[in-house]
Amino acid sequence: MKIAFTASGGNWEAQIDPRFGRTAFLVVYNEETDQLEVVDNSAVQAEAHGAGTAMAQRIYDLHPDVLITGNGPGGTAAKALKNMQMSIYVDAHNLSLKEAYAKFKENKLTLLTP
Amino acid sequence: MTNEKPYRIAIASGKGGTGKTLLSTNLADYLAQEKAVVLADLDVEEPNDALFFKAEIQQSEIQYKMIPDWQAETCTLCGDCVKYCKFNAIIKIGEYITVFNELCHSCYACSELCPAQALPMKPNRIGITNAIKSGRIQLVESRLDIGQEQAVPLIHDTQKYIQDHFSPIAIQLFDCPPGTSCPVIAAVADADFVLLVSEPTPFGLHDLKLAVETMQLLGKAYAVVINRADLGTNELENWCQQEQIPIAARIPFDRDIATTYATGELAWRSNSNLEKALKSLVEYLHERKEVYA
Repeated sequence: MKIAFTASGGNWEAQIDPRFGRTAFLVVYNEETDQLEVVDNSAVQAEAHGAGTAMAQRIYDLHPDVLITGNGPGGTAAKALKNMQMSIYVDAHNLSLKEAYAKFKENKLTLLTP
Repeated sequence: MTNEKPYRIAIASGKGGTGKTLLSTNLADYLAQEKAVVLADLDVEEPNDALFFKAEIQQSEIQYKMIPDWQAETCTLCGDCVKYCKFNAIIKIGEYITVFNELCHSCYACSELCPAQALPMKPNRIGITNAIKSGRIQLVESRLDIGQEQAVPLIHDTQKYIQDHFSPIAIQLFDCPPGTSCPVIAAVADADFVLLVSEPTPFGLHDLKLAVETMQLLGKAYAVVINRADLGTNELENWCQQEQIPIAARIPFDRDIATTYATGELAWRSNSNLEKALKSLVEYLHERKEVYA
């Protein structure tokens, strides 16, 4: 299974970034290979519009099964994500990636229901 | 009537609630004593100038914005459109291209560059423009449809409507949206002169500075009108003096202006303070030979 995180850094100790479109990094953990894939999203700061849809596209292209984030996607991005087969968990801010992953495994994160 | 270019005055502000509509409606009515005036309400997200003129709508025009309309049958799913879109308004999820109308800026890039011509542009309704005649005042207002997120295309449509229908009217007042973002830039773009309405409060000064900076970047001629000029502090006046920014008029605080305004009446007709302020404003514009040149 592939698990994506919106993150303030590119490692397990980094905090979950509560923002969706304007997250600093997108980190994808592949459980099979035990590898972290890190996508730097800092270029988004220059974008006035469409940070959410751009992130939705980026996430889709990485094909994760699960997304763990904070505030959750905004209206437009939520529409974009609707057609993807991906579970979205929210309210994980104030946790490190490691803690968020552990909570996900214990089924203790909030599932975003459309 | 002459064929000269109309003289266009935009009434803008940084801060909201400083008196743009008060000034626009009353100045239009004041000027209309002598000549025909166009008053355009470009605050298309919440137009309210028409409330002050009891007249019927003469003519309405539905306004549209062009949006690409994805053709699934002809699309080859190359994904170029996603790359071309500078506004991230197009995404490709599996075998579906989704266009987000609210993000689209109608730039045509995706449509023109699509190798399969699978994104023809189609008109989408965004709002309506109404023309209202009240004495010598030709009022034009536009209303953005509920749920629409972009005011700029409708502001452009309104300016074009005025050009197409009312160019011979020599004086045109544009009541602008508040702030300094895209809708304001669009609303003042056509103007020959900008009046920045402010108030002597810390917020008023803060936002006036942003508005002045915006006008300077746009290369616009402008002056300040201070509303409720006798309240608050001298900071705003001092700053204008220091920066050599002309003050075109001062409207004193007067409870009667507020109560008359709140009933939807044109306060200058019964309030001498406002009448005096308008007189000095018109004299200022006259001295600059801006209105009666």
